[in-house]
This record gives sequence, C-alpha cells and structure tokens, in this order.
Amino acid sequence: MRGSFIAAGASGLVFGLGLILAGMADPGKVLAFLDLGGAWDPSLAWVMAGAIAVGSAAFAVARGRGRSWLGAEFDLPVSRAIDRRLVLGSLAFGVGWGMAGICPGPALVLVGSGSAKGLVFVAAMLAGMKLFQMLEGRRSSKGTIPGGNEG
Amino acid sequence: MSIDWTQFTPWTSLAGGAAIGAAVALLLLVNGRIAGISGIIGGLFALRRYDMGWRVAFLTGLAAAPLAWQLFSELPPVRIDGGYAVMAAAGLVVGLGTRYASGCTSGHGVCGLSRLSPRSIAATLVFMGTGFLTVYLVRHVLHGG
Repeated sequence: MRGSFIAAGASGLVFGLGLILAGMADPGKVLAFLDLGGAWDPSLAWVMAGAIAVGSAAFAVARGRGRSWLGAEFDLPVSRAIDRRLVLGSLAFGVGWGMAGICPGPALVLVGSGSAKGLVFVAAMLAGMKLFQMLEGRRSSKGTIPGGNEG
Repeated sequence: MSIDWTQFTPWTSLAGGAAIGAAVALLLLVNGRIAGISGIIGGLFALRRYDMGWRVAFLTGLAAAPLAWQLFSELPPVRIDGGYAVMAAAGLVVGLGTRYASGCTSGHGVCGLSRLSPRSIAATLVFMGTGFLTVYLVRHVLHGG
C-alpha cells in the first residue's frame, strides 16, 4: 500500500517535471502549437513523440505480465465504443483547451507554481467535473461512471 | 502556415515528453494504473475511500513539480493570454468535456495512443481538431490578427 503511494507520488512529480522541461507548463507555447494560422511552434508534437515512444514500451511490458510489480491487477480501459459521449466530450475539451491553452496536467503545475489564473482554471475545472458527477454518477447503482476509464 | 523556428524547442520537448512517458511507465508497471490526469482527478469525486490515496499522492507530486524544479533552476516563463473570465469558462468546459470523453491529453493523447486504442485515437483527433479550430477563430477571426 505504502509502495503504491510512493510510486504514484513519484510518477506525478516526474510527469510535472517533464511538462515543465517540455515547455508545456506554458500555455503560450501550447497555443503556439494550436495556432496553425500564425507562427507555428511544432514543439508539442515532439512532446507527444517522446511520451508515446516510452509509453508504448511500457504498455508492451505490461501486456507480457499478468500483474503489476506490486501485484496489482492492471486497471486498463475495456470500452471500445466510439460513442457520442466520447466525441462530444472531446469536442468540448478541445474548445476549452484552445481558449486557454491549458489542459488538466499543466493546470495543476500552474497551481503549484502559484499562478492565480491557473487556480481559477482549476477551480472551474473541478466544478465541471463535479457537475459531470452529479449528472452521470447516479446513473449507475454502484456510483461508477459508464463508458471508458482512459483517464 | 509558417514555422516559428525561434520558439521551436525540439530536444527539450522530446526529453520532457520522454520524462512524461517514464511517469506513465512508473504508474502503469508499479500501480497498474493509467496516468490520465482528468481521470485521476475525476475519480476523487466518487469518494471511494480505498481508491483515494494514490490519486492524492499522484496529484500532489504533479503540483509539487514547480517547487522541485526551483531547487535546481529558475522556472521558465509562463504566458497566459486570457483573462480570469476566459480561465473560468475554459476550465469549466475542460472539466466537463474530459469527464464525458473519459480522458484528456494524457489519458487519450499519451496513454491511449501508446496502446493504439481506437477510442483514444478518435478522441485525440477530435480534441486536437477543435483546439486548432478554436485558436484559429479566436486569433484570426474574432481578433482579426
């Protein structure tokens, strides 16, 4: 149990340091990637390439094992349906991402660096997630959310 | 489209991406979990006591990253174009949208593409598409720049 907390904390820390090193904790740089009509900064594509290169190796290792190193079962998404929730949710997420240049990971890094605007973004994001929980959480008797769990 | 070579940081971005991949690997291979930030936060709202600790630990580590960075170096500058109203509106839409989509840039964009999940490929294409479109509308249509 304790090992899993330490690993999770370390994972979050390395994730955040990676975001800062990659330049992705700066919304201006993210917007420069999303601005195809302006002076385009392709850096975010390289972030994705680096992350996916290491990430796909990790998932390949996981596929060859029944359980994690701490003996936990792999909690991987099982849903395969490309449904309306997935598409409309992603559509809305992209609009918000394009408005601010901030997605959930960098938002928390901004809060940690003491950004007041980052704090407002995160407070609103939590309100949005709470709203989702209120609208959808009660649909299932077990309180779990229907659909996938990609994260 | 013109590439802004002065701002392009291929090697630090690739290295930062690899670090993000390492974080994904750590959480997956030790805890058996997907490092999808919106899902890790959103899962807190279910208030399942046995399932809270690792989420809080991960998110604390994430938010502590700027503090850890400052032990060794100055934080790179942060530019936020929008005002507080834009932050509030964007945050709300991101919170709601990522939960309906079951994932964001990390869960779908990094982890999902690493797994070659068709759902995540579709989600990533959609949010990248509306992200591009939104910035185009804001910068080049509304502000006419």
